[in-house]
Amino acid sequence: MSEVLTKSAARNIFYGGTAFFFIVFVGLVAHSVSTVNAMSESHPVTASVAGGKHVWEKHACIDCHTIMGEGAYYAPELGNVWVRFGGREDAQAGRDAIKNWIKSMPTGIEGRRQMPKFDLTEKELDDLVDFFKWTSEVNTQNWPPKVSG
Amino acid sequence: MKYESQKVALYYFAGALGLFVAQVLFGVILGTIVVAPNTLSELLPFNIARMIHTNALIVWLLMGFFGCAYYLIPEESETELHSPKLAILQFWLFLIGAAAAVVGYLFRIHEGREFLEQPLWIKLAIVVVALMFLYNVTMTVLKGRKTAITNVLLLGLWGIAVFFLFSLYNPSNLILDKVFWWWVVHLWVEGVWELVMAAVLAFLMIKMTGVDREVVEKWLYVIIGLALFSGILGTGHHYYWIGMPAYWQWIGSVFSTLEVAPFFAMVVFTFMMVWKGGRTHPNKAALLWSLGCSVFAFFGAGVWGFLHTLAPINYVTHGTQVTAAHGHLAFYGAYVMLNIAMFTYAMPNLLKREPYNQVLNMWGFWVTSSGVTFMTFALTFAGVVQTHLQRVMGMGFMEVQDALGLFYWMRLGAGVATLVGVVLIVWSLAVPGGKRAGAAIAQPAE
Repeated sequence: MSEVLTKSAARNIFYGGTAFFFIVFVGLVAHSVSTVNAMSESHPVTASVAGGKHVWEKHACIDCHTIMGEGAYYAPELGNVWVRFGGREDAQAGRDAIKNWIKSMPTGIEGRRQMPKFDLTEKELDDLVDFFKWTSEVNTQNWPPKVSG
Repeated sequence: MKYESQKVALYYFAGALGLFVAQVLFGVILGTIVVAPNTLSELLPFNIARMIHTNALIVWLLMGFFGCAYYLIPEESETELHSPKLAILQFWLFLIGAAAAVVGYLFRIHEGREFLEQPLWIKLAIVVVALMFLYNVTMTVLKGRKTAITNVLLLGLWGIAVFFLFSLYNPSNLILDKVFWWWVVHLWVEGVWELVMAAVLAFLMIKMTGVDREVVEKWLYVIIGLALFSGILGTGHHYYWIGMPAYWQWIGSVFSTLEVAPFFAMVVFTFMMVWKGGRTHPNKAALLWSLGCSVFAFFGAGVWGFLHTLAPINYVTHGTQVTAAHGHLAFYGAYVMLNIAMFTYAMPNLLKREPYNQVLNMWGFWVTSSGVTFMTFALTFAGVVQTHLQRVMGMGFMEVQDALGLFYWMRLGAGVATLVGVVLIVWSLAVPGGKRAGAAIAQPAE
């Protein structure tokens, strides 16, 4: 780099530019958050959805599964598990299918990935399903492309 | 080494290297579980092993950064560290906190958010440790000479602490949880960590190439400018599919594409400095790691990041093994290699020896780099096949995973090679042979 750009000019550009881009970023995130909050009015995080998120975290589900594509890629995507298990067509059947699936783990089948046994109460299971249902209704810009997740 | 208090860095380097081995060992365990899923499935389920693997990585990289700062700052500031005792106390607190977290994980005690699994009290302990550290280094810089390198390094380190505070915020709305989770994760590794990286590389270039400080520091500001101008709005590439407005697809695509620029600039910078300096520094291994760092960071963070960052591509690759491939090569290139470069440079000086075990160290470089590279290719191919089968054809997740078995075996092999390489590196650093340094030999260029 020649003398066109001095060190102090480079420093000033760095500080000024960083401040500028950070302010723009904060402004955009603030706008997005207000959009998300507005959507939450018709799509509220109820006590059971919040409880389900807690169950999700208590057992570190994200360190095997993914949710909206984020997680450990070792086990299936669960952001749309409600849809995949048919909850949209028949809510009760979808709910029972997900709960029974969790209860029947681990399979112990040789050579198959094992989901641990989690001793969840009926309420915890229902909360978790409510959380999955809520997540499947988020506007994810049509992601994932296929119901397979 | 010019200042006695720089020696506290040795604690941090030793702790970091120990955790490095643990991290890679758990990586090999995870790679084994993937190909033989019944391995340890009751005792150590995948999710627990995985949080130990990722947390050990984060903790040792941070511990390495702390050590780098304790070595670099007295030398740049031309004064002894404010309080070496506080630095040693901080080390033990951090190490005990990390150990407590790991033991807790084995007993299923965690907060269950990816990478931020630490229980609340550990998170608060981390904040305390960070404040002790920042107090110590800031006081040192304030009483001594102020350089661009210490400026940028301090800014990066303060940024790490400030953005970590967002880990304490966990709203019950999953969308908002994710939005601010990325303020820790993305604004760390694609933001303030890059400041630390650029500052440490600049320091190494001044010491090893003999190029004029004015030139190096100008490059430093240009590089970190490119990093933050692109990286801050580049956060948008994580906001595509998590319930955020669609405009992030444009912002994320444009700005995260530009995130390649600072990494490219670092390659040009390091090679130009070495070429211009024309000085043969005796610590060839440290120079190899420094150049390797910029090159591997360019490929891992830059090229492999760009590979899946454009929204239409990310729509199909998001959350596949492509992401895992990028994650491994980027962390290795940018932050693992940076730390090892600094350890390799600083440890002979701290132990008052001529550069030692250079050949073994360089073997460690090549074996580890080959292992991680092969692993990255295996995971990339796995990811591409997975993307096609699962996201285009719509096949089920488990069925697709079964089809990827060969790639996972290759990944495991590469992982074992990586472990061997890491043992070589640690051995070469931790078991110093060689002569005590004469007065003239290990003098840095400046």
